[in-house]
Amino acid sequence: MIEEKSVKLNCVVRGGDFDTAGEASAKIKRMLQRLGIPAAVIRRAAISSYEAELNVIIHADEGELTAEVFPDRTLITVRDRGPGIADIDKALQEGWSTAPDYVRQMGFGAGMGLPNMVKCSDTFEIKSEVGSGTTINMSFAHGEDR
Amino acid sequence: MKLCEVQELLQAEVLSREDLLTAETDSCFGGDLMSDVLAFTERGTLLCTSLTNGQVVRTADMSELAAVVFVLGKRPAAEVTEAAASSGLVTMTTKRTLFEACGILYAGGLRSCCGKEKP
Repeated sequence: MIEEKSVKLNCVVRGGDFDTAGEASAKIKRMLQRLGIPAAVIRRAAISSYEAELNVIIHADEGELTAEVFPDRTLITVRDRGPGIADIDKALQEGWSTAPDYVRQMGFGAGMGLPNMVKCSDTFEIKSEVGSGTTINMSFAHGEDR
Repeated sequence: MKLCEVQELLQAEVLSREDLLTAETDSCFGGDLMSDVLAFTERGTLLCTSLTNGQVVRTADMSELAAVVFVLGKRPAAEVTEAAASSGLVTMTTKRTLFEACGILYAGGLRSCCGKEKP
């Protein structure tokens, strides 16, 4: 079997650290730009990555963002060590949020994060265990823009 | 509409990247909820907001917005303006309210980024 070539970037995200919020996603965005991925795909991937990064910062103790770029697609994986999500169906509804007030004052926590990741990605998978953490896998095809 | 026309219509002061004022925008979004900006804008949208924290710049970068106009004469901290400059984002401040700024820009020809009708 021929191994598929890919470029990979890992970024650690610390829970509660709003000062650096978005740095990991900005790094991923710049990498995709350097690799010449179509601009519309980069925008969808960057927004999804940033939404996921914010969720780690808002809700979890720590997490890791990984972007892996193949010739035809980009995969973004977000794993966190945190409280987990008790009801994933509810969390995927627009407007449902458990974010505290100070997060809302910063302009986030409107319950749009997970639905927006679903909207922006081509495939979306979420697994979560209460008391342990959450993992999200998203893929973005490099082909024609949708 | 060019960003320099936005500046003129709103009598705004440019805070970062004056060199990019010839860039064009044809849509606008007004609000303080960055979650909505991430969900509803498109590339090249102009954002009018009264929020001035660093996440506004980050949100604008990820969403590839054309520029950010801070309303009510608000000014972000110097480090926020510096971050905007280094990410290639035009920011400006106007004394207009959010309502006035959006109304003036609509009258000037900008349209909503959501289900955009052409002027």
